[in-house]
Amino acid sequence: MQNPYLPYPVRIDEIITETEDKSLKTFKFVFINPEDEKKFAYESGQFGELSIPGLGEIPIGIASSPMEKGFIKFTVFKTGKVTSSLHAMKEGDIMGVRGPLGHPFPWKTLEGKNIVIIGGGFAFTTLRSSIISILDPVNRPKFKDIHVIYGARSPGMLLYKDELQAWAERDDIHMNITVDGTNDPNWKFLTGFVPTITEQKAPSGSPDTYAIVCGPPIMIKFTQPVLDNLGYSHDNIIMSLENRMKCGIGICGRCNIGSSLVCKDGPVFTLSQLNNMPKEY
Amino acid sequence: MTLIKIDRQTWVDGIEKAKSAYRVFGPVKENNDHEFKLLAKGEMPDFNCQNTRMSPKAIIYPQSQIMFTYSLDESKDDCRIMKEVENATSPQVAVGVRPCDALAFPIVRRNFDSPEYQDTYWIKAYEATTFVGLACNAACSTCFCTSAGTGPFGETGLDILLVQDGDTLYAKTLTPKGEALAASAGWSSPAASDVSARLETLKTAAEASVTAAVSTDKLKDKVLLDLYEAPFWEEEAFSCINCGTCTYVCPTCWCFDVQDETHGKSGIRMRNWDSCMFPLFTHHASGHNPRHNNYERLRQRFMHKLKYYVDKYDSGIQCVGCGRCIRLCPVNIDIRRICDKMNSFDAKSCACDVASS
Repeated sequence: MQNPYLPYPVRIDEIITETEDKSLKTFKFVFINPEDEKKFAYESGQFGELSIPGLGEIPIGIASSPMEKGFIKFTVFKTGKVTSSLHAMKEGDIMGVRGPLGHPFPWKTLEGKNIVIIGGGFAFTTLRSSIISILDPVNRPKFKDIHVIYGARSPGMLLYKDELQAWAERDDIHMNITVDGTNDPNWKFLTGFVPTITEQKAPSGSPDTYAIVCGPPIMIKFTQPVLDNLGYSHDNIIMSLENRMKCGIGICGRCNIGSSLVCKDGPVFTLSQLNNMPKEY
Repeated sequence: MTLIKIDRQTWVDGIEKAKSAYRVFGPVKENNDHEFKLLAKGEMPDFNCQNTRMSPKAIIYPQSQIMFTYSLDESKDDCRIMKEVENATSPQVAVGVRPCDALAFPIVRRNFDSPEYQDTYWIKAYEATTFVGLACNAACSTCFCTSAGTGPFGETGLDILLVQDGDTLYAKTLTPKGEALAASAGWSSPAASDVSARLETLKTAAEASVTAAVSTDKLKDKVLLDLYEAPFWEEEAFSCINCGTCTYVCPTCWCFDVQDETHGKSGIRMRNWDSCMFPLFTHHASGHNPRHNNYERLRQRFMHKLKYYVDKYDSGIQCVGCGRCIRLCPVNIDIRRICDKMNSFDAKSCACDVASS
């Protein structure tokens, strides 16, 4: 019997400060035991528990893609005890990772479909993973049109800026990068809130079109009516939830929403599923 | 299944013999209450009690349990690497487990031993344990086991069921584990042929002594969100102080917290029982709390036991009718009343009331 609470030891290989306010950093981890990387076989949309001995664990979405080998990446917002300590760590430090945990986005269902990826703020991490996976030459033919609508407060608050730039130059993905506002005269992308840009740029709903929506509650609240107007069925709107977690494997009992556990049954749910669940998130 | 007769001396000798092969737990008197304790040499389980104050769940699932150790000493190779605590449990016996508490273990097992994840700590302790039940000849006023999936002579979750008849004990071995314990204790005298009938009489009388009951037949068919939005939650929670007593004394409450504790350069990762009654249980690091209000936390406890669990496993309610939460609640919140409200709740008639008022 494998102990499901035992983290894999990892070394911090690289730390990238993502945003101008330094509240978001991306941590690239390398497994100390190479065989652990195979056990950590994941798909975009899943999460891991980052473990710092002496402080505890935090559930964080996996930002790297399974198409990227030799490491895993997590982008972490500095907010509580563990994340603050993580932000103070340095390259070369040893810590732990458990996972992969939860369900990924429904990739089998999404095959052959149009996908609209809608993200806001720092909830773009598993969406980055998804885009890297989709754009991989092995996978791109499996999907039809790909639209991305990604917004942040300001240009300096966008994650993965170099990759966004590179994706914007491609012709096999429609990138709509937006900021709430900016004084930068050289800003060459969009200005406006995510719901507004979605209204303008997202394709109409159809049985073959799925929206994946990740963002702060306020963005989700105002994006949903837009998708309704565009004709998206609630079965075709996919969301990823967060709740306070400890075990990450459906045992410790705190992350439930009705009969479902966000860690084990989620974090990915369709809007149809959420409509029949209490709003305890 | 064998029916064995155990007289007073054979019982005492048997418990002592069993202690050489097992760690033996049983109820002992502590201040005004009885609690399950590891019995020392010469110490006997005290059956002169009904339900212990705390359930015996801690024998399998301690209130605080070390999961891992770690070193923060940079000069060591294993610095910051979690090391599993050896938790292979030696054989143990829980003696005097009431049938309600016994049913709690298979219920809780659904959480700790799922097809996807196996909680190694819980499972190893559970598998190492032989459960010796003690039938109840008379119920407490707060007992409602007969409508919660078992009864005063219930056998689910047990390896042996003991029945007390005056100074004599009868042991019904139910599993190979139970037979092994009986053999180890030297309990082997077959009961006389008329004993079965006598035990049936005792059982019938015991069942008749359970006067409280809950109705659970309609819970499964209720719409989850209807019950969730029922108007009685705030009223039921009005007096609740969120003390968490109900969750700690409950044999089927299983939630836990995980905490690291460092002393100098070494430390432990442990788990501790936690409670859905506490605001911190669901408090996000951002400050947001999905169950901010106390009625939301009370609703979570009852919805979990009487609706979420019912829907998820289709195996009855997550309650065994032991009555501890009723007896020990400082403000008299009664799961029987709430269960009946849920079971008889009619969302339609409720909506009409609001519309016509």
